[in-house]
Amino acid sequence: MEEKATAHQELLPHLFRLEYTKMTAILCRHFGLKHIETAEDIASETFLKATELWGTNGIPENPTAWLYTVAKNKTKDHLRRLNIFETQIKGTISADGFQAEQNIDFTQQTIVDSQLAMIFAVCNPTNSMEAQICLSLQILCGFSVEEIANAFLTKTETIKKRLFRARANLRNDNFQIKKLQKVTIQSRLDTVLKTLYLLFNEGYFSKSNNQLIRRDLCSEAIRLTLILTENPLTNTPQTNALLSLMCFQSSRLDARVSDTGEAILFEQQDKNLWDKELIEKGNYYLINACAGSTNWRTKYHLEAGIAYWHTTPTDENKWQYILQLYDQLILIAYSPITALNRAFAYAKVHGNKQAIKETENLNLIENSYYHSLLGYLYTDTDIDKANKHYNRAIDLTKSKTERKTLIRERDRLKE
Amino acid sequence: MKDFVLIFRLSNSSDTKPSPEQMQERMNWLAGIAAQNKLADKGNTLSPISAKTVKPDNVVTDGPYTEIKEFISGYVIVKADSIDEAVELAKGNPIFKIGGNIEVREVVKRD
Repeated sequence: MEEKATAHQELLPHLFRLEYTKMTAILCRHFGLKHIETAEDIASETFLKATELWGTNGIPENPTAWLYTVAKNKTKDHLRRLNIFETQIKGTISADGFQAEQNIDFTQQTIVDSQLAMIFAVCNPTNSMEAQICLSLQILCGFSVEEIANAFLTKTETIKKRLFRARANLRNDNFQIKKLQKVTIQSRLDTVLKTLYLLFNEGYFSKSNNQLIRRDLCSEAIRLTLILTENPLTNTPQTNALLSLMCFQSSRLDARVSDTGEAILFEQQDKNLWDKELIEKGNYYLINACAGSTNWRTKYHLEAGIAYWHTTPTDENKWQYILQLYDQLILIAYSPITALNRAFAYAKVHGNKQAIKETENLNLIENSYYHSLLGYLYTDTDIDKANKHYNRAIDLTKSKTERKTLIRERDRLKE
Repeated sequence: MKDFVLIFRLSNSSDTKPSPEQMQERMNWLAGIAAQNKLADKGNTLSPISAKTVKPDNVVTDGPYTEIKEFISGYVIVKADSIDEAVELAKGNPIFKIGGNIEVREVVKRD
């Protein structure tokens, strides 16, 4: 009996997250997005019942099938109640937006289609990027409000407010979830990819120290991007480039953080901890991203290229390639961080002295990375300046992990 | 930047089914080109078995050119400033280890 109870405690959270999001997606497709709350209620009730029954009776032979059967019955009950209410109390028969048919199709194909449609529904350009990411985490990944707040290091109230508005937009969007149109896909794919990109970065460069949260965010972003590669309409070169980038970056997740939670600088990472399988996946999707003779490449292509060279420790020209890629990236997607990363690559190719000029030209005096880079570049030639820049960086950074690392680097100057 | 087609030739049809290690080495090479933003098209592998040659007067023969032992096993398209650079890119391909060779040809653009 005790064994059963622990088994179900381990299985349920995992099943819950994955199956809950699938179930809500299917039910939403059935009811329409207007009734997303109903869909979520049915899914929640289903899992509540599972928690109660599995704890005492043990886990059924096919847990997923069990869950879907219960969900189906709950939907039927719901529609019956609604029908009674509509006909007997309100005296009408129309059940606004609801389908009269009671059979919900839980086949594999419907699951995949529903999830894809849900991704496109959630990535609504009228919502801010932040709101889209929160909404994705809640609806597509099954995160609780608390978990989202933890990941963003934000108050739960803030997240709740953000979600409230985003969900209202989702309900009123009139998004046709039932039949995902080609036009919709084409017009929203860029937004979808950007949201997934940011979701991944949220995990990879997380403000949170918690390695579990980071890994969760990264693997969820990968799971959702994989869904896009399964449909011919969304399996584009950009999608593959983005997935490749995610695989390369994830391959270094373990090596980036020490046992005590400190960030480990690239040059000091244990390369044996890099995940070879993910690197191979990265190669695979990077090659797929080059299908069709298009002469333009997106920022995902360039960033995946840079990540490729970071996972290839041997090639003597790698910093030259990285610099070239940054030169191209800066033209199509400028950001201060890209400019600073480019300056670092510049130092690797042309030496620290030359790179100091490149960096100081950027004049990003309010940016902590600007100062930490200058601290690094001045280390060999001017310890005073290096020290000054490291101190400025320590004052400016908002991340605890980064502050620890910077203090360590600064203190090494005295050695 | 110009486009260059790298045409792979093999002389032994058994080598068209590469081992996982060969496959991985090949993927590494190709990803390296893609990661320099120089892979214009990942190309295709061409089947040596499902192959026919159509000649004048409705003559159809089995296989790729049977008169010569070599056959084309696939191609990719790379971007490079010069044919020399394209040749440098080709040099890293593991096909040479199994006795194959690579023909490098510039794509003629007619507009």
